Amino acid sequence: MNNQEKKDLRIFAAQIRIALLEELKARGFGHVGGSLSICDLLAVLYGKVMNYKPEDPKWADRDKVVSSKGHAGPALYATLALKGFFPMDELKTLNRPGTNLPSHCDKNKTIGIDCTTGSLGQGTSQAVGMALGDKLKGRPSRTFLIVGDGEIDEGQCWEAAMFTAAKKVNNLVWIVDDNKRQLDGPTAEILPTFDLRAKFEAFGFDAVRVPGNDVEALYEALTKTPEDKPIAIIMDNVKGSGVKAVEDTPANHSMTVNAETWDSYIAAVKADLETIEKEVV
Amino acid sequence: MKVIYDGSADSRTFKEFLSTDIPKLLDENPDYIYLDADLMSCIGTAKYGKAHPDRAINCGIAEANMVGIACGLSAAGFKPICHTFGPFASRRCYDQVFLSGAYAHNSITMIGSDPGVTAAMNGGTHMPFEDVALYRAIPGATIVDPADTAQLAAIFQDLVDREGVKYLRVNRKSNDRVYADGEKFEIGKGVVLREGADVTIIASGFMVGRAIKAADLLKKQGIDATVIDMFTIKPLDEELVLKYAEKTGAVVTVENHNAIGGLYSAVADVLAAKCPTRMARVAVEDEFGEVGPVDYLAERFGLTTEHIVEAAESVVVRE
Repeated sequence: MNNQEKKDLRIFAAQIRIALLEELKARGFGHVGGSLSICDLLAVLYGKVMNYKPEDPKWADRDKVVSSKGHAGPALYATLALKGFFPMDELKTLNRPGTNLPSHCDKNKTIGIDCTTGSLGQGTSQAVGMALGDKLKGRPSRTFLIVGDGEIDEGQCWEAAMFTAAKKVNNLVWIVDDNKRQLDGPTAEILPTFDLRAKFEAFGFDAVRVPGNDVEALYEALTKTPEDKPIAIIMDNVKGSGVKAVEDTPANHSMTVNAETWDSYIAAVKADLETIEKEVV
Repeated sequence: MKVIYDGSADSRTFKEFLSTDIPKLLDENPDYIYLDADLMSCIGTAKYGKAHPDRAINCGIAEANMVGIACGLSAAGFKPICHTFGPFASRRCYDQVFLSGAYAHNSITMIGSDPGVTAAMNGGTHMPFEDVALYRAIPGATIVDPADTAQLAAIFQDLVDREGVKYLRVNRKSNDRVYADGEKFEIGKGVVLREGADVTIIASGFMVGRAIKAADLLKKQGIDATVIDMFTIKPLDEELVLKYAEKTGAVVTVENHNAIGGLYSAVADVLAAKCPTRMARVAVEDEFGEVGPVDYLAERFGLTTEHIVEAAESVVVRE
């Protein structure tokens, strides 16, 4: 990846964050922490890694994304709108009665969402089935599965992980958003995950740990061709990443703040965006 | 409809049917795919699974994951058939069937084997008296409880092809033989097996043969019973229920399941709203299962022919 490409992805990540925060501001509350922490990942996936057609969202050969942490839907909606799957204005309908953008991902409501999730853990097995189905149908698609470090408390995740490696579903990439916090507090206090990389290796994966905000490292990990084993990427992350004031708020799983506060978050990302844009490559 | 009931057992077990007809479907059309949770040997599909591991996938003892994978396969264009024992095909993976399946508009066929007392020697832990109740609570689900293999053979492919979440509860052994081979059935339409003006007996699955036998005994006492095989519990054939409730003025439901949430509840829901009718039931009365031979358990939980006769006598209005 050259410096210009890297800069473009960082700009896209900032644009996703701004659209996400505008979206949440329009409703006044929402799952901000875990949405912010996957914005760099989404920028890399939708900005450079994945094959998809916004004008043909159900194209069978597309690459797919399953955010098993379904509450990160708002980040996906912002990304999809920026990529032209639906109008940007629609983001303002988040969680309004009758909306196509519900709190948790719903493939039957939102154009571009590939899997319905929300009951934690369930996206994992569905992603395995989707990837296995693509493989059996001879499609070139890859499926990118995003799992939370809190979510991984769910036993179903480990059933799905075991199956992925055992049956060599290597067109599925597991990405754990290790943002260190779950709803009730730090993951280290609620139910520690211990060494996630070692766990995935023990489950038969080729596992790597990468910084969750390093677009180049994410790109390298996401485009690695799996050999014998499926790939698991542990994203070393911060819940609320990219907005210091949110990062510094301990209970940032879902936040309700006033419009001025949302504006201050947006201003901070806009300032970052300006700095990135001015960088000489 | 040719009813050949004579009290004898079906010459073919459900296991024999499933072990031949699941592979047959898989061989006919690559869109069918079968998943099991380490119980292939129990329904006779293990040999096929070993030869075709991509068509008949053994998921190991992980029912929640099996269901999720089936839902993902549905999204990828497959028509998945999953099998495990009844309690594990209902209780164990309920949220997955509910959300990854029905809520997400994925289509899967769940086969839960050995429902109710047919779990016999596996005992109370394996004896689902609540599987129908659970599936009835899933919007849009289809529940089929076939009387015999001729009936199952007639509707199996239709069931697998049908959209949404489908639950097939089926004894691995044989029930009483009721139908001649080659008869046609429609999912969602009950079958009238006996016509009688005094009482309507509505039964499903394992209990259908017993209901016919009870009707024959009632006849000797001067009570003419209608017998309906309600092999589709959801969507319920409301029209047929109402027609015969009006005609006979008394209804008995007969099921190998808890009275709460099963066939009795389904029929009572319709009658309470549209045609209040005297009712009695032959069902498990809010109890857990236990170990034992089927005949012992049928007696223990009140599911014998004699129980059906008593229930019918209790609701018939004598002139």
